[in-house]
Amino acid sequence: MNDSIMASRRKFLRLSAGVGCSLAAHPLLTPVTLAAAPSDKRLIVILLRGAMDGLDIVQPYGDPALAGLRRSLLFGRAGGGQDLDGFFALHPGLTTLMPLWQAGEMGFVHAVSTPYRDKRSHFDGQDILEAGTAGTPPRERVGWLNRMLQTVPGLVAETTYAVGLESMMLTAGPAPVASWSPEVNIGLSTQTQRLLDRLYAHDPLFHAAYGSALATTDDLEPNYFEQTGEMLKGMMGGGGQYRAHQRIAEFVAARMREETRIAAFSISGWDTHSRQSRALKRPLSRLSETLLTLRDGLGTDWQNTAILAMTEFGRTARENGTDGTDHGTGSAMLLAGGAVHGGKVHGRWPGLGEGNLYRDRDLLPTGDVRAQAAWVMRGLFGTKQHDLEQSIFPGLDMGSDPRLLRA
Amino acid sequence: MTYHPQLAAIRFGTGLAPDIAPPKSVPDMLARLQGPDAAALAHPITTLDAHSPRLQASAKANMARKQAAKLRSGERAAVDEVKAMRREFDAVFYDATLATLSRSVTTEDGFRERLNRFWADHFTIAPRRYIYLRVIPAAIEEAIRPRITGAFEDLFVAAVTNPLMLSFLNQAESVGPDSESARKKEGRGLNENLAREILELHAFGVGGPYAQGDVQALALALTGISHDKGLRPIFKSALAQPGQIRVLGHDYGIPDSTDAHRAETVLRDIARHPATARHIAWKLVRHFVSDDPDQELINALSERFLDTSGDLMAVYEALLNHPAAWTPQLYKIKQPIDYLSSGLRALGAAPQLATLTHRSKPVQLKKFVFDPLTEMGQRFMQPNGPDGWPEEQKAWITPQGLAARIDWAMTMPDQLLGRLPDPRSFVEIALGSHAPPDLHQAVAQAESVSQGIGLVLASPEFQRR
Repeated sequence: MNDSIMASRRKFLRLSAGVGCSLAAHPLLTPVTLAAAPSDKRLIVILLRGAMDGLDIVQPYGDPALAGLRRSLLFGRAGGGQDLDGFFALHPGLTTLMPLWQAGEMGFVHAVSTPYRDKRSHFDGQDILEAGTAGTPPRERVGWLNRMLQTVPGLVAETTYAVGLESMMLTAGPAPVASWSPEVNIGLSTQTQRLLDRLYAHDPLFHAAYGSALATTDDLEPNYFEQTGEMLKGMMGGGGQYRAHQRIAEFVAARMREETRIAAFSISGWDTHSRQSRALKRPLSRLSETLLTLRDGLGTDWQNTAILAMTEFGRTARENGTDGTDHGTGSAMLLAGGAVHGGKVHGRWPGLGEGNLYRDRDLLPTGDVRAQAAWVMRGLFGTKQHDLEQSIFPGLDMGSDPRLLRA
Repeated sequence: MTYHPQLAAIRFGTGLAPDIAPPKSVPDMLARLQGPDAAALAHPITTLDAHSPRLQASAKANMARKQAAKLRSGERAAVDEVKAMRREFDAVFYDATLATLSRSVTTEDGFRERLNRFWADHFTIAPRRYIYLRVIPAAIEEAIRPRITGAFEDLFVAAVTNPLMLSFLNQAESVGPDSESARKKEGRGLNENLAREILELHAFGVGGPYAQGDVQALALALTGISHDKGLRPIFKSALAQPGQIRVLGHDYGIPDSTDAHRAETVLRDIARHPATARHIAWKLVRHFVSDDPDQELINALSERFLDTSGDLMAVYEALLNHPAAWTPQLYKIKQPIDYLSSGLRALGAAPQLATLTHRSKPVQLKKFVFDPLTEMGQRFMQPNGPDGWPEEQKAWITPQGLAARIDWAMTMPDQLLGRLPDPRSFVEIALGSHAPPDLHQAVAQAESVSQGIGLVLASPEFQRR
């Protein structure tokens, strides 16, 4: 473990064992959950906050109905995507992950969601995703990953970390978890910039100042907020917000080389209501850099690692009027790591044609993300099906094994 | 005039809070102001006089360091001693910072906190010396806070003759040309700094009825008012210009003698002057109500001031009972300290604030308070000059200032609190009926909880009052 991470660990390490509420509030920390269990398998859960458009990330170019739904959002070869299996193509923003696909270390599960339907609220959707309960927001703020930890004998402190700048219910609960966060500022996601722009539209003073503060050119150039973050960061020492996701991935990988076995963190920025092809650039580069950094950092332990990246719901099959998409239902889940059955798009594809969409608007979910996660945990840690269906994901019917892990 | 509790808390207090009901009426607001200073009791700040012995010691340590440098002996120890004293006063400052914030976040008498900040700004003390910077809150606590509900002249005299103010405006160097000291030692003369700022900033305002001659006269009348190395007030008759001085048409002092009371007498007359009444009225209205103050409201306050010989409670009452004070449109931009503390208050962050201990290094205070405030354009307790902080909205909502506010709003609450309220209900908590529909909509569309909270705190409505 290199010195800066060691120093960070000493500086930021905390143990919290809150009961029934999210991880204890530490001014310098936000929950990063890592957990150790007596196993050589590792699990990393990444929450993609903002409702990721599964149809644009894993593009079903082989479906004849797609062209009619996505006019300006190019897909398949025309959009610069990489063919995956003759039916699906990978968004060009994840091209750097193709070696993983080719090595069988990255896969997807398509047309999946939680049981949450119709309201399509980010907050409720994320709560349900993290709580692992059925379709209504949970009463108790305890996450399924924490409930899973409670079933693991010999669980010790610093085995589970929640990482990053966002609080996470996923790992909140009675089982002990530790927390870590790099001291950086988040840049504004496209969606937030858009919403602020609307709020400031009627107030000329704010409108003018805001306009000057934002970069007007390429989304990937540091804008004023990132410069401000850099300035602040400069005062406190450390990298800028651009490097936050990399520092998180480095930290997780380093901990996993030690006694940590389970980690969870989130990547935001997926709420692409307008100019989706531009807006997705940054979250996709964060995701791909995160996965590659994890792979590099895990070294030989990569073979025993399964990464699940999941989102609260998907987006509309049709584009909207601003070259983007609105909140939907079914989406895709990403699998990565040496332990997964990669090189395949799992799941049952419902089709996008007439009558195949959910409420004639969204990708129809044909699988439950909770079931995918449940089977992965069963395969990695031997978690009992009974526990998975009764307490970790109450009310879940796991169904048949989707075989998401390498045999 | 219709009283609105939420508007009262936002415009005249420190903002809305989840568990603290706003005052019920103007009489309720005034009654709290005249009642015990509960916030100060809950979160005390040591007054300047209590620091005198250590200030004296630090002055000695500085002398010792200069001496050691000259003699080239014992420099290391002397420097270490100076550094140790600085750390000591750093701790004083950090405690005062936390207390200041905690008061605003937890008080049931928000108007008092706002008035305290207003008067502290009106009587800005902006020294350069490191340790003196650290005791600014102590000086405010001593000279200003206890006097914001009494007679203006009491506040005025205490504020402008406070030892830290005297030091800041070089009063200790001011020597009457015919004083005993001037007769003994050549080359020491009058310093007009304090007198000028008193007339220009504290009393009449820059357009007021005074000229250079009046500044000089006042400076003469003030000679002798001084302080020692422990920042204790003392009268040094050796520095005082003897005899009577004519200031603004009246004679002050004792013929052929020095008079320790001369300064106070002239200051009280200045405090009661109609020009002062007009200036104070204008400043109050400009700060609390509008960058472009209503002349009618200014007149009303000014008249009340004169009618009551500067009874501050009467002036506040006139302000709060005037319809112009209650226009429902939120307008004035919250200065960064008010913005930050009202954000923390709306989030119910008092327990987390209490954990921002500093020990030997103020890492947390820097991260959550000092650096954000500096980025927003308001280095805590350090305005650029004696005229204090700017009022105009354009001074605060610059691209950088706004970027810093948005940055804070989007990232700090989550890091400080860990567990955030539901953004949809937070809109209500933070703004009540002042939340526009488009804010509710925007918040509902935020892609994560922390960004939802951030949208509320970054909204124009939350930044105005």
